[in-house]
Amino acid sequence: MTVPLNSEFRIPNPGTIIVNGEPMPWKDGMTVADVLKIRNYIFRMLVVQVNGELVKRGTYDQAKIPDGANVEVIHMISGG
Amino acid sequence: MTTTYDYKTRTSYTEDVARQKAAHKVLLRHPFEPSLPVRGYTNRTLHIDHSTLKVTEKQVTQQMKDIFIGGRGFGLWYLWNAVKPTTKWNDPENEIVISPGPLAGNTAYAGSGKSLVVTLSPLTGIPIDSNVGGYFGPLMKFCGYDALEIQGKAQRDVVVVIDGPKKTITIEEAPEENYDSHIAAEVFMHEYADDEKDFVNVSVVSAGKGADHSRIGCLNFSWYDPKRGAARLKQAGRGGIGRVFRDKKLKALVVHGFKLKPDMNQAADFKRTTAVGRVLAKEIHDFDDQQCKMRKIGTAHLVEIMDAYDLLPVHNFQYGQHKDTHKIASPVWEKRFTQGIFDGCWYGCHMACAKGADCHRVKTGPYKGHLVTVDGPEYETAAGLGSNCGIFDPDWILESNFYCDTYGIDTISYGTCCAFAMECFERGILNLERTGGLDLTWGNAEAHVEMLHQMARGQGFGVIVGQGVKYMQEYFAAQGWGDLQFMRDFGMQVKGLEYSQYQSKESLAQQGGYALTNKGPQHDEAWLIFMDMVNNQIPTFEDKAEALHYFPLFRTWFGLMGLCKLPWNDIEPEDNAKHGKDAAKVPDHVYNYTELYAGITGQEATIDDFLRMSEGVYNFQRVFNLRMGVGGRKSDWPPYRSMGPLTVEEYESRAERYDKQLKELIGVDPEGKTTEEKIALHRAWREDRYNKLCDAVYRRRGWTNNAIPTLETLRKFKIDFPEVVEVVKPYLEDGEK
Ligand code: SF4
Repeated sequence: MTVPLNSEFRIPNPGTIIVNGEPMPWKDGMTVADVLKIRNYIFRMLVVQVNGELVKRGTYDQAKIPDGANVEVIHMISGG
Repeated sequence: MTTTYDYKTRTSYTEDVARQKAAHKVLLRHPFEPSLPVRGYTNRTLHIDHSTLKVTEKQVTQQMKDIFIGGRGFGLWYLWNAVKPTTKWNDPENEIVISPGPLAGNTAYAGSGKSLVVTLSPLTGIPIDSNVGGYFGPLMKFCGYDALEIQGKAQRDVVVVIDGPKKTITIEEAPEENYDSHIAAEVFMHEYADDEKDFVNVSVVSAGKGADHSRIGCLNFSWYDPKRGAARLKQAGRGGIGRVFRDKKLKALVVHGFKLKPDMNQAADFKRTTAVGRVLAKEIHDFDDQQCKMRKIGTAHLVEIMDAYDLLPVHNFQYGQHKDTHKIASPVWEKRFTQGIFDGCWYGCHMACAKGADCHRVKTGPYKGHLVTVDGPEYETAAGLGSNCGIFDPDWILESNFYCDTYGIDTISYGTCCAFAMECFERGILNLERTGGLDLTWGNAEAHVEMLHQMARGQGFGVIVGQGVKYMQEYFAAQGWGDLQFMRDFGMQVKGLEYSQYQSKESLAQQGGYALTNKGPQHDEAWLIFMDMVNNQIPTFEDKAEALHYFPLFRTWFGLMGLCKLPWNDIEPEDNAKHGKDAAKVPDHVYNYTELYAGITGQEATIDDFLRMSEGVYNFQRVFNLRMGVGGRKSDWPPYRSMGPLTVEEYESRAERYDKQLKELIGVDPEGKTTEEKIALHRAWREDRYNKLCDAVYRRRGWTNNAIPTLETLRKFKIDFPEVVEVVKPYLEDGEK
């Protein structure tokens, strides 16, 4: 599945996505699971949105990220 | 995992119970009429002065319920009335107040058995509040009391017993019992229960011998675990309450309550409470294994997560990761904790996170060779006694966890104190001569535990460590051993209380979450690191200030009600993500709390009502601090270690990150600069940002720029009593009155 690009979102730079406000190099076929791995986001209680659209848990390794996407990986507050 | 040991086997301490009980001398026997609460409140509280042997009942007024609500609010109000601005923690008039709150004791909704303990702290001189599980609070409430004030100071060790079935309150001299808590909890339970079936109806509050000599003493609240056949312990850990307890010559508080039945709170609409309770129980059942695994590992599941995000305190908060973290990570604890038995610290708590490591063979000290159940470690303990001191051996962490608990020492403060002392040793501020021969090299677990034994014996360098980081800073400087300012920079305390175990360097909001607290840096007010540093959800000062308004107030509310915060957000509904950025607030669980509150008290309330309840108490506590001489912006200032890289080693360990920040955020090219110059640039920038955060937070909270609640704020929350106004007036400029 490919997450549709939100029309309101402007592409920052070709070959780049934004993850939690910070740029990250993009690769063709990149999935949400890849982003979590690169960022070492091992926490399990996450809410992931790509261009404002929710990505269901359990589908992270199929959810493809388009070039220029805005990815928000919201970590719940736990412990503490 | 299969358990290969008998988790019911442990050293017993009850052979001599009859003789010990016979040695009691009853000083006072006071009759009382037990009663059940109605809609969560019994509407009376108990005041006991165990030195003058006076027992008094007080009525709970409607005004008290409207403004102070219960739990921590009741504790603060009673303490305010008990002390003067000049009262010190060890004056007889200082009180220990225990109050469970109106929702406490319900068995319908997970996490509803908490008591709040309030006293003047020996570490800070201001009120400390601590939220603790175990059965004492609910059992006391179902005997008929919304709160217990203990005031006075006895000549000899006494035990105070509230016995519901016998309708008596007694104060007894108790000369024989060993009061180290793993023994005291078991022995007093045997002394006051009618028979084995009755053990669950007895709860004991105690503090061990470490609390005799250490200002970081904690209280242990017991609960009987029928499956193990053991008295288990939960701690009111922070702020030295155990020290106050032992200074009052209290050996134990015992409540012998009634057999529990459903709805002993006599809820206004019991069905509303069970309806939301069932929903939560199902979520825990269905999702806990995929989410936090609280039922298997408790909060210790966080060890490797904190490490992965560079948030695990290592070597006195210098670093956030360590190569050996895997040795104390959750798979290790999962194996150590006995699995498959219910570990709820109150009835109906399906989160059941009060894990126990059974069959620990004690290696050192007076209990060497004994077989004991260790309660924990929770995350804070594993990090504090482990990584922060460079200790990555689970057996030694269990050993120090056991001794901290039984001696009545707060594991969080001890971890931070010990880490500070170890860093002083590494930097030459301490040496073998100054520590009396203790080698405090990072990772020396034997020395780490030996200091606990010294605290319990009242001898040696351990006693100095047990006075807290602030004391050590001043003491070492007075001896001419180290530079006071440098020790203030790396000694992790604010207001005199030691930091809990999270690295906050890269989260400005969490720096505030720690240092802007009322009682000192404990994460139970606000834990914002993910939201701030990882999610980048609260980028502006105003965003952070908003979070530092909402979360401390919402979490204060748990302390007013007698609730545990873990079932709020350590489990989430399957579709919680639908709330998007608000998911961190777990809105469906907030809704559950409005149902639970209305179901028990009969009063409808919204989240805004909850925040209003908390805000009055929160502001009152701020003024209370001021009354005791602690306040203003300077009292909210953190040690630089919590804000950024203090030393060359810290900077260079993450040079890429810090250089990037210099270039992109501070606007300075790091090229050609020495590390010292770069550290200085960071410090100026970070301290300026912290000051701006304070400005925004104080504004949002309705305080002056010097952190003083304005009269308008006091009026808004109806706490503008003349004596409260008197406290703040001298600090207000004309325009602020
Ligand atoms: S979640 Fe854990 S600490 Fe909280 S009440 Fe339940 S068992 Fe106790």
